[in-house]
Amino acid sequence: MNRFALPVGVFGLLVVVLAIGIKHSPNKGTIMSPLLGKPAPQFSLPNLTDPARVVSSAGLKGRWYLFNVWGTWCGECRAEHEMLLEVRRAAVVPLVGLDWKDDDAQALSWLAQLGNPYDAVAVDRSGRTAIDWGVYGAPETFLVNPQGIVVFKHVGALTPDVWTRDILPRLAPRAAAKS
Amino acid sequence: MLPELGHFALILALLLAGLQAFFGIAGPMLGRDRWIAAVTPAVAGQFVMIATAVGCLVASFVANDFSVLYIAENSNSALPMFYRVTAMWGAHEGSLLLWILLLAAWTVAVTIGASRLPPRFAARVLGVLGLISFGFLLFTLATSNPFLRLDPAAPDGHDLNPILQDPALAIHPPILYTGYVGFAVAFAFACAAMLEGRLDQTWARWTRPWTTAAWAFLTCGIALGSFWAYYELGWGGFWFWDPVENASFMPWLMGTALVHSLAVTDKRGLFKSWTLLLAILAFSLSMLGTFLVRSGVLVSVHSFAADPSRGIFILAFLIIMIGGALSLYAWRAPQLKSTAGFELGSRESFLLFNNVLLVIAATTVFAGTLAPLISDALKLGTVSVGPPYFNPTFMLSMLPLLALLSVGIHSNWKRGRLKDKQRTLLYTLIAAAVLACGLVYGIYSHGRVLTPVGATLALWIVLASLVDPIDRWRRGLSLSRAVIGMTIAHLGLATAVIALTTVQSFTTERDVALAPGASTSAGGYEFRFDGVRPLEGPNYDGVGGTIVVTRQGAPVTVLTPEKRQYWVQRQAITQTSIKMHHGNNLLVALGEDLGGGRWSVRIQIRPLVSLIWLAALIMAIGGATAASDRRYRTAKVAEAPALGATARDGAA
Repeated sequence: MNRFALPVGVFGLLVVVLAIGIKHSPNKGTIMSPLLGKPAPQFSLPNLTDPARVVSSAGLKGRWYLFNVWGTWCGECRAEHEMLLEVRRAAVVPLVGLDWKDDDAQALSWLAQLGNPYDAVAVDRSGRTAIDWGVYGAPETFLVNPQGIVVFKHVGALTPDVWTRDILPRLAPRAAAKS
Repeated sequence: MLPELGHFALILALLLAGLQAFFGIAGPMLGRDRWIAAVTPAVAGQFVMIATAVGCLVASFVANDFSVLYIAENSNSALPMFYRVTAMWGAHEGSLLLWILLLAAWTVAVTIGASRLPPRFAARVLGVLGLISFGFLLFTLATSNPFLRLDPAAPDGHDLNPILQDPALAIHPPILYTGYVGFAVAFAFACAAMLEGRLDQTWARWTRPWTTAAWAFLTCGIALGSFWAYYELGWGGFWFWDPVENASFMPWLMGTALVHSLAVTDKRGLFKSWTLLLAILAFSLSMLGTFLVRSGVLVSVHSFAADPSRGIFILAFLIIMIGGALSLYAWRAPQLKSTAGFELGSRESFLLFNNVLLVIAATTVFAGTLAPLISDALKLGTVSVGPPYFNPTFMLSMLPLLALLSVGIHSNWKRGRLKDKQRTLLYTLIAAAVLACGLVYGIYSHGRVLTPVGATLALWIVLASLVDPIDRWRRGLSLSRAVIGMTIAHLGLATAVIALTTVQSFTTERDVALAPGASTSAGGYEFRFDGVRPLEGPNYDGVGGTIVVTRQGAPVTVLTPEKRQYWVQRQAITQTSIKMHHGNNLLVALGEDLGGGRWSVRIQIRPLVSLIWLAALIMAIGGATAASDRRYRTAKVAEAPALGATARDGAA
């Protein structure tokens, strides 16, 4: 046994560990949120389009909804907007927006200009609700089930890919039950 | 247009790197001198192409070209000019390009320095460097291209991450990478020596100045990163044992071992296979660090966006480079025979202890860094390894190292006669112990057990290091730069130990809620909070607080911490305020607005903490001094390759 071959052997073992590490890391991207599988945080915030009413987690209980964090200051959100309108047109799942640290007037003119994909928009001026949700940076989208459990989280602009691959299949049993 | 030009230049650089690797390695193997002659032009051309690519990217940043995805993600039209330039390396793609540029710069330096080396050996060194460069260029072009266009162009950029908008962090990556990449030179020399079978000590002598210079840069780079973490992250710590920090610290420990082991190989022709292994490992750890940080295998507080497809590429590259080098080692190292012996108590034996302890330290850091990964791979659940593991295990190997250092520098090569130095060692040790206890208990009147121990060991190093140089100086004897540099570096280490011991023992931390006009006392100082006022910067707004510090009624200083809200990324950044007073670092950070003008305020008083970074600078200066020793520049070139040559080099 050549003792000088020992380093290569140790390195070989390390490669195996690293390879396993890489194999595991793709799911790490989705498990990143500690909220997954946990109840969505409670919130009760003013409605952007009708400040007299509130949007609250309690009011959303019992149905599936997509929770989308956005702001007019966010460039990616503009890129995402077209996809959100698609989601609205598909009418599979209601879309609840969280207008994060934004100016109400600007947010309203944004929706008037680009079209409003949301069923309701909650206003989070202080950013506290976003902190509760563990938002890392806008845009972010969460899928919440009727029991109020977060089942999926996507960081970054929503794409057709994410929609068909990650969101629709999770909604499928429900869609099937409906038809 | 510029981005396409840069992209094209990068592709040309890839081709030239391929040629450099092929001609440099195959040329000497097949004895084709014309191939060997083509290596230098390939190096020059590659450098020009990479510099062009970097220039194009920087120019596009300066011009706010948000049709480039990377720029749209990492810059903004409101970003000040200085940060628009440094934003080039603000994220993964650009920092890789910086890595490549620095590797090309080192390669050019080696080409110039290698004019004294045998042409075949020099070609092999450049060939290995070309192979590394090829791998990184391919990685950049295939998975991390900074020149990708965004269509339609973004109206404005997403801005540089606010925590990176800081002078220290702007220059931290170039210096750190210069150190990282510098170990590639030692790696290339080791591989070239193994390819050629020239395993006598000449390769060690050629490698020494390069390794020492790289080590000096790495020391500075790590210190800058720690300095940044101290004042920018707002937690007031200077070292977190975070995977990213460990990734730079492991090569440093291995590099330190290599610097010492090279001395033995150079002077005495011993430890030859061990030195080869260290040269391979130091750079392997640099590359592994890149892998860990970039692949998403480990999640860190301040890592770049991770991507598993990049991880697979880097892993394949690691297998080729590290696996290749270690296989070469397994094949060549058995042919090495050291005929010279040494006794216990000789300088060789002390340097062996040094190496063993440093490698143990690097291994414990490595194990701690990879533990979460291994437990995850074995499905043992997620674990988190932090300071409670790292601090004691690291100290376990460092304390004996410090004690042996003082003795070791007084030992002689080959023979273990320490008797004639016994007195010097004993006297300096007693003086250090008395001084340390006097200082610790005189100033602070309390302390943990380790406080006087650490201070004694550090002061012992100071005294023991200075005995010989002062003696030689009084007798009018000259000192070589290598010896002066070594002494400076050891004094730097002692300074670091003193600073770390003091900081760890005597830090005062306090988190308090203060209303305007209220005050609190900590560590003998009074802190009065004078409320906050709004402020506006070029790309942020926020609030600035005023805290008046007094000591026994006498004014000391005014601290102005800030809480900034960067417009684009909506990220709140705590800008700490730090002032020095009698060696104490007074740090104040604003926490949360508690309403009604009340704020939570974090106050920290850390004695001698600035000395940690000064110590790193002293070590780096020592390294630079040693690397500039004339001996390396006038080293004669022996053409005859010799396998297992015996050392007849005298002690210097």
